[in-house]
Amino acid sequence: MKSTTDQHEVVKPVKHDSRGIARAALWVVAASFLFGFAMVPIYRIACEHVLGIKMSAEAADAAQVALMTVDESRTVVVEFVASVNSKLPWTFKAEKSRIEVHPGALTEVWFDATNQSAGAIVGNAVPSVAPSEASPYFNKTECFCFTAQTLDAGESRRMPVRFVVDPQLPKGTTTLTLSYTFYANELETKQLAFAQPSVDGVAKN
Amino acid sequence: MAHAAVHDDHHDAHDHKPQGFLHRWLFTTNHKDIGTLYLVFALVMFLTGGSMAMIIRAELFQPGMQLVQPEFFNEMTTVHALVMIFGAVMPAFVGLGNWMIPLQVGAPDMALPRMNNWSFWILPFAFTLLISSLFMPGAGPQGGWTLYPPLSLQGGNSVAFVIFAIHMMGISSIMGAINIIATILNMRAPGMDLLKMPIFVWSWLITAFLLIAVMPVLAGAVTMLLTDKYFGTSFFNAAGGGDPVMFQHIFWFFGHPEVYIMILPAFGIVSEIIPTFARKPLFGYQAMIYAIASIAFLSFIVWAHHMFTVGMPLGGELYFMYATMLIAIPTGVKVFNWVTTMWEGSMTFETPMLFAIAFVILFTIGGFSGLMLAIVPADFQYHDTYFVVAHFHYVLVTGAIFAIMASVYYWLPKWCGNMYSERWGKIHFWMSVISVNVLFFPQHFLGLAGMPRRIPDYNVAFADFNMVSSIGGFWFGASQLLFVGVVIHAVYFSKNRATSRVWEGARGLEWTVPSPAPHHTFSEPPKIDNSMLAHGDVTH
Amino acid sequence: MRRVLAAPALIVLGMLASRAASANPEPWQLNMARGATVTSNEVHDIHMIMLWICVVIGIIVFGVMFVAMFRFRKSKGAVAATWSHSTKLEAIWTVIPILILIGSAWPATKLLLRMADSSGSDMTIKVTGYQWKWRYEYVDYFGKPTGVNFVSSLESQSNRTRQVGSGLDPKAIQVDGVPTYLLDVDKPLVLPAGVKVRFVVTADDVIHAWWVPALGWKQDAIPGIINSAWTQVDQPGVYRGQCAELCGRDHGFMPIVVKVVPKAEFEQWMTEQAPAPAAEATATTLAPTTAPQG
Repeated sequence: MKSTTDQHEVVKPVKHDSRGIARAALWVVAASFLFGFAMVPIYRIACEHVLGIKMSAEAADAAQVALMTVDESRTVVVEFVASVNSKLPWTFKAEKSRIEVHPGALTEVWFDATNQSAGAIVGNAVPSVAPSEASPYFNKTECFCFTAQTLDAGESRRMPVRFVVDPQLPKGTTTLTLSYTFYANELETKQLAFAQPSVDGVAKN
Repeated sequence: MAHAAVHDDHHDAHDHKPQGFLHRWLFTTNHKDIGTLYLVFALVMFLTGGSMAMIIRAELFQPGMQLVQPEFFNEMTTVHALVMIFGAVMPAFVGLGNWMIPLQVGAPDMALPRMNNWSFWILPFAFTLLISSLFMPGAGPQGGWTLYPPLSLQGGNSVAFVIFAIHMMGISSIMGAINIIATILNMRAPGMDLLKMPIFVWSWLITAFLLIAVMPVLAGAVTMLLTDKYFGTSFFNAAGGGDPVMFQHIFWFFGHPEVYIMILPAFGIVSEIIPTFARKPLFGYQAMIYAIASIAFLSFIVWAHHMFTVGMPLGGELYFMYATMLIAIPTGVKVFNWVTTMWEGSMTFETPMLFAIAFVILFTIGGFSGLMLAIVPADFQYHDTYFVVAHFHYVLVTGAIFAIMASVYYWLPKWCGNMYSERWGKIHFWMSVISVNVLFFPQHFLGLAGMPRRIPDYNVAFADFNMVSSIGGFWFGASQLLFVGVVIHAVYFSKNRATSRVWEGARGLEWTVPSPAPHHTFSEPPKIDNSMLAHGDVTH
Repeated sequence: MRRVLAAPALIVLGMLASRAASANPEPWQLNMARGATVTSNEVHDIHMIMLWICVVIGIIVFGVMFVAMFRFRKSKGAVAATWSHSTKLEAIWTVIPILILIGSAWPATKLLLRMADSSGSDMTIKVTGYQWKWRYEYVDYFGKPTGVNFVSSLESQSNRTRQVGSGLDPKAIQVDGVPTYLLDVDKPLVLPAGVKVRFVVTADDVIHAWWVPALGWKQDAIPGIINSAWTQVDQPGVYRGQCAELCGRDHGFMPIVVKVVPKAEFEQWMTEQAPAPAAEATATTLAPTTAPQG
C-alpha cells in the first residue's frame, strides 16, 4: 500500500500517461476504421478460399481447367436464368433453359440480348451461381460478363459462355443454376451519348 | 441539478467553478456533472424514442391503416431504433460509467476531462441532425436502423443526415470509451488492483474495448453507403459489381458486438446490486469477469447469425450456428452465479433489487429465444418476424433498460443525497414489469404465427395479440412517466436524506463518500480495504 | 388427426401446436404451425425441442431463484452466508450446458443438411422480388422449358381497404370463410402436388424475402444474386405468406399465395398459361421501353 505516499498527486489529478493510453486507443480506432474498408477485399478472399463462393467475374485459369478430366459417369443439370434489371430496356434470354453436362467437359451455351430502346446503351452482366456452395466448382473460360456490352438502338447480340463444371463438385449437387442479371452501366452510357450524339435524342444528361 | 451547487465546496478552487447555469453545464469537465448530463440526455431520448414506439403500437392497435402512412410508419421504426440504441441505452451507460467509475476505483475524475465534455456535447447535435431528417422534404430515413442497401439509398438526402449523425454518435462513443479505458487503467487508487475492481468497472472496461474496436467499423460501413450514393462507388451496388450482402457482413461485424455493448454494463450493474441486497458477496467474481470477456470475444465471431437467410453456403451457416450457441455457456454461467449469490443470502427487496431480479428472469427469457434463434433451420422460420422483435426487446428493454433503471434507483441517493419514494418506486416497478410482458410476450406468438416485422398493417388473424401488445405498450409507456416523477421528486422534493452508505449491504468505495457525493471526491486517494469490496476478499 | 389427441395436454401448457395442413394464421395462435411439407414438420419439431429445452432450464433456474427469494429473506431472519466460490458447482454448470448444446446442435445440423439438398427436383421456378410484387417464371417442368411467367401482387380489395382512412373493414375480406386481408394476391403461384420444386430467388430493386410459413423456410431475394431453395408439398391447398425483408413503403403489402393442385390439374393449368408470343421472353423488362435515364 503506497497510498500514504501519494499526497503530491492531489494537485495534479490527471497523472501518469492517460494521453498515452488515449493515443494508443486512437490507433486502435484508426485501425478498425481501416479494417471496415479492408473487409471488402477480406470478405472476397474469405468467400473464395474459405467459404467457397466465387465472387469475381473473371475467367477461370485455363491451365487449371485443361487439367480436368471428364467424368462420364456423372451428369449434372445446369440451368440458365437470364434477368434484366427493370431500369434497362433490353430483353435478354438464354437460348436453352437447361443443359445436362458431364463434369470436366467444356460446354458452350448462348445468350441473346436485344436493346429495345432508341439509343445505344452500355450494360453489365452480373453472374451468380446457386447453390452458393457450388460456385467454386463452376469455371467460366469465356463470358460476356467479363466486359461491358454496348448495344446500339435495336441491336441484338448473340453471346457465348464457355464453362466447365469441376469434377470435384460434391456428389450431392445435381443441379446448378447460372444466373446473369444485366444492369445499365449508367456512367459509360452517358459517356457514350456524349461522345456520339445520336439523332434520336438519347438523353444527354 | 440544484442540489449539487449547494455542496460545491472549497475544492473548486482548482477547477472551472460553476458560474451560472449555462456556463456550468456547457463547460463542465467534472465527471459527475457530465454523468448527469448523459443521464438526463438519455432520459429525454428514451421518452422521444418511446413516443415513436407509441405511434407504432397505435397504428398496429388494429388491422387496417388508421393513423399514419406506411412511409411514416417506416420512419418511426427506423428512428425509434436509432434513438433508443444510440440515444438512450448507450448514453445512459456512458453516464453511469462517468458517474460511478471514478467513485468505484477511487479516482478524482475521469482521465481526460475535457474530452469528456466534448464527447457529451456532440450528442445533442448528432440527434438534432438525426431527428431533423424526419422533417426534411423527401421524408426521413425509412430503411430500418440496419440501413441495408439498396433500400437505405433510395429516397431523399435524409440518408446523408443519418450517416453524419451516426458518425457523430460514433465519435462521441469512441471518445467516451477511450476516456473510460484511460481512467480504469490509469486512475485507480493505489491498491485497487484490476482483480479488486467492482464488476461494473470490469464490464465497462471490456465494453470500452468493444466500442473502440467496432464503432469505427460502423463508421466505415456508413461511409461506404455515403460514397455509393453520392460519389459513384459501387461497394454495395450490384449493378457496379458490388455486393449488397457485403454491407450486411460489415454492419453485423459492428452490430453484434454492439448488442453486447448494450448489455455488458447491465451485467455489471446487476452484479453490483444483487450482492448488496442479498448481503452476501458476489458468487464467482473471477468467473464473472471471464464470462464477460469470453462473451465479448465471441461477439466478434458470430455476426452472420443475423443473416442466416441471405443464402450463405452450408459451411458458413453451420459455423455461425455453432459459434452462436457457444455464447449460451458464459451467459449461463453469469445467470447461475447471480442465482447462487442469492442463495443463503439475507435478502430484502427494495426497488433496485426488484429491477435486478426482473432483469435476471426476463433477460434469461430473451436469452432463451436467442438460443432458439441460433438454430439455423428454426431461424429460417423465426427470422424477420415478431419473434425476433420480442427477442431483442426482452434483452434490450427488460435487459438493458431495466438494469439502467435498477442502477438509477440504486445510485440516485448517492447522486442527489435524497432517498426516492420507495412506495412509488415499487409502483413503477410493478407497473413496468407487468406491462412490459403484456407488451412483448405476445409478440413471440405473433412471430410464430407468421407475422413479419416492420409491417404497418396485418391480417385480421394477428389482430388480437397485436391489440394486447399495444395495450401493454401504452401501459408501459405511461408507467415510465411515473419513473420521471419519482426521479424529480427524489432530486428536488424528497425530505428523506440518504446516509453515505445508503444500503445496508452496500460495499465498495462509492459508499464511503458522503451523499450526495461532493463535487470533488477522492482528491486524496482512498485506502483500499478488502472487506469493503462488493465481491468480498478475493485473495482466499 | 393423431396429433389432435395429444392436443388437450398441449393446450393446457398454452402450446397450440397441432393443426392439420392449415396454412393460414389463426386468431390467438400461440405456436408455429406444423406446415405442409416434411421439412416444415421437421423445422417445427426442432423448434419444439429447443422450446422445451428452454422451458425445462427456465423452470429449474427460476425455481431455484424463487426458492432462494422465499427462504433467504431478511424479514424471515435469514442470515447471510459468506461463501462465494465453488469450483465444483461452476464446473457442473459449464459442462451440462455444453452437453445440452451438443445434443441440440446435432439434429439441427442434420436437418440443415437435408434442407440444403435440392437434388432430384423436377421443376424450377424463378422468383423475383420487385417493389412491391413478385414475378414467377416457370423455368422448366420435368426438363422442358415452359415460358410461363407472370406477376403476382396484392389483390384489389385488400389494396383498397389498406389505404389510410379507407373506412373499409379488413374483416370483410374473406375467401371460403378464411380472412385473407393482405394475404391474398391477384394471381397465385400454382404448384403441382407431390413434385419436388426448386426455387431460384432474386430481386430487381432492393432486398426482399420470400416466405411461406407452411413451407418451413424463407429465402432472401437479393439484387444480382441468385439463391436456391426447394419444397415438396404433397397436400393440395392454399398456402399464404408475405415478404419478410423490409423493402420500402409497401413492404407489408406484397403477399405470397401458393396454390398446390393435383399434378393433372397443374398440367392443365400450364397449357392454359401458354404464353402469348409477345410476352414470351424469359426476362422481359418491366419498365416501358424508353430512352435510358441520363
